[in-house]
Amino acid sequence: MSNAAPRPLGVLPLGDAAAYVEFSESLDLEVNAVVQRLAAALRARDLPWVRDVVPALGGVALHFDPAHPQLPAAPLEAAAAAVEACLAKGLPAARGVGRAIEVPACYDPELALDLHAVAERLKLAPEEVARRHAAPEYHVLMMGFAPGLPHLGGLDPKLELPRRAEPRLVVPPGSIAIAGLQAVVYPYAIPGGWNVLARTPLTLFDARRDPPSLFAPGDRVRFVPISRAQFERARK
Amino acid sequence: MTLRVVKPGLLSTVQDHGRHGLQHLGIVPCGAMDPVAHALANALVGNDPEEATLELTVIGPELQFGQDALIALCGAEFAATLDKRALLRDRPVLVRAGSRLVCGRAERGSRAYLAVAGGLALEPVLGSRSTYLPARFGGLEGRALRAGDALPLARDSAQLARERYARLGKGAVQRDGYDTVRWSAPSLTLPDHQPIVVHAMEGRHFGRFGAGAQRAFFDAVWRVAPESNRMGFRLGGPSLAADKAGELLSGPTCLGTVQVPANGAPIALMADHQTTGGYPKIGEIATADVPRLAQLAPGGTLRFARCTLEDALELGRAARARLDSALRAISWGYGG
Repeated sequence: MSNAAPRPLGVLPLGDAAAYVEFSESLDLEVNAVVQRLAAALRARDLPWVRDVVPALGGVALHFDPAHPQLPAAPLEAAAAAVEACLAKGLPAARGVGRAIEVPACYDPELALDLHAVAERLKLAPEEVARRHAAPEYHVLMMGFAPGLPHLGGLDPKLELPRRAEPRLVVPPGSIAIAGLQAVVYPYAIPGGWNVLARTPLTLFDARRDPPSLFAPGDRVRFVPISRAQFERARK
Repeated sequence: MTLRVVKPGLLSTVQDHGRHGLQHLGIVPCGAMDPVAHALANALVGNDPEEATLELTVIGPELQFGQDALIALCGAEFAATLDKRALLRDRPVLVRAGSRLVCGRAERGSRAYLAVAGGLALEPVLGSRSTYLPARFGGLEGRALRAGDALPLARDSAQLARERYARLGKGAVQRDGYDTVRWSAPSLTLPDHQPIVVHAMEGRHFGRFGAGAQRAFFDAVWRVAPESNRMGFRLGGPSLAADKAGELLSGPTCLGTVQVPANGAPIALMADHQTTGGYPKIGEIATADVPRLAQLAPGGTLRFARCTLEDALELGRAARARLDSALRAISWGYGG
C-alpha cells in the first residue's frame, strides 16, 4: 500500500496535561509530512477536552484542558485511542494540508546580514547562495520559539552550516535565516543566532489580524527574490 | 469608569485564564501564573471565570478608584491598605469613589490577583485579555501598568458593586470603616514552609542524564533565581548537565516542563513559556503544583518529589475538588 502512513514510535506523556505522539527523533521531511496530516486529522476530530493540537518537527503534541468536565480519567490512553482512530480511518492527503505561500525576499547585503559571511564559509559566490536559497519549495515543519515564527524544511544541503557563534541580541523583523537544514523567518525583533540571508517586507505576525500568523504548519513556502527598491516600496 | 494607576508596582499585568488553542502558531497560552487565586478573586466579586484580573508581583501598585467598586485581593499576602487601613484579603470589599488602594509588598507568596466586579473593560486579543509581554499584545497595550494609566472598568461597575454587595446579605459587615463580609475564601496556593514540595514526573529525556544528575534532581533543594520571570523559573542548585546531550530535535513544551540548557541549571517553564524548545527535559511538574510554585518569590526554595502520571492526575483532581468547594462556598455567600 503506497499511502500507508508510518506508525508512531509511541504516545508519550508530556506532563499530566499533554500527550506527545512521537514519530522520529531526527529531522525527516517525509515523517514531518505525516505529522502534519495526523495533526490535521486530530484537529478535525475536535475532541472537547483537547485544547491544542501542535505539530512539531518529529511528532504531534495534544494539550488537554485539565479542568474540562469531559476530560477522560486516563487522558493519555484516550489520546492514543484518538491517534489510532485517525490512522485506521486514513489520514488526509498531504496536498490538502497547508497552503502555498510566496514570500518576497530581498537578498541585498545590507539586509542580508550574514550573506557574505555564509558565502565565504561555503566557498560560494553570494549570488549563488541566494540562488540556491530561493530555489526550493520549503515546508513549514513547526511553528515555535516565538508567535508566528516558522521552522522551514527543504533547505539545499549545500547550504548546511551551524548557527552563528555569537547570537544577535536583536534580529530585525522579517529576517530570513538558516542553520542546519532548516530556515526560519523572524516575526518581530527578537534575539537569535541563525544566519540571516535575506529579509521579507511582509508582516509575519500581528495579534490584531485574522489570521494573526502569516504561516501555519504544513504550508508550502517559496521565496521570491525582490530588489531593494521593491523591498522599500512594500514596506510602506 | 477607570482605575487610576498612581504607582505601577514591580510588574502588574492584566491576566485571565489564558489564550488557548493557538500553540500550533507558536502563540503562548499566558494567563494568570496562579490560576487558582485568580479564580477565587473573580468569584469573590461575583464575576464570570472568564473575566480578567490584575496580577501583582512582589511589589504591588497604588491605585485610585474613580467610582464605587467591589474588589477582592487573593493569592500572595500583600501588606495592602485601603485609605490607610489594612485591607482584608480573600473577601469582597466595597470600595468608595476616591478611595486609594496601596498594595504594598508581598509578605508571603509573590503574586496576588485583584478582581473588580464587572471585570476589566479591555478588548480580548486572540480570545484572551492576558498580557503577553515579549510580543507586546493583550491586556493593556501588551505591557505592564505604568504610573498615570487609567485601567478601564465595566461601564456599570459602580452599580454592579452595590447590587452584588447587597446580595451578600447577612454576611455583610463594616470593618475599619469599609464594607466587607464576615467570611473569607481559603488561600489554596500560598507556599507553606520552605522548601516547598513540588511533585514532578520524569521528563522525556530523563534517561539522557547520568545517575548523579537524576538523583540530584529529586534530592536537591532548589532556589528560585533572581532572573526568573513569567516565562520560566531558573533554579539554582547542583549542575545537571546531560550525559548524552547531542543535538535534540526541538519539540513541544508544556507548563511545568523542567528543561536543562547546556549550563546545567534547570528552568521550570511557567505561564509565558515558549511553545517549543530544544533543551533536554528532565522533569514535568504536576499541573496541580504549578500555582504553588508560581507563588515562590526569587530566593524561595523547593524540592521535587517524584510522582507518576497517575499520581499527578490524582493531585489534579484533588486540587480541582478543593477549588470547586471553595467556589461553591463563595456562591453560597452570594445567596446560592
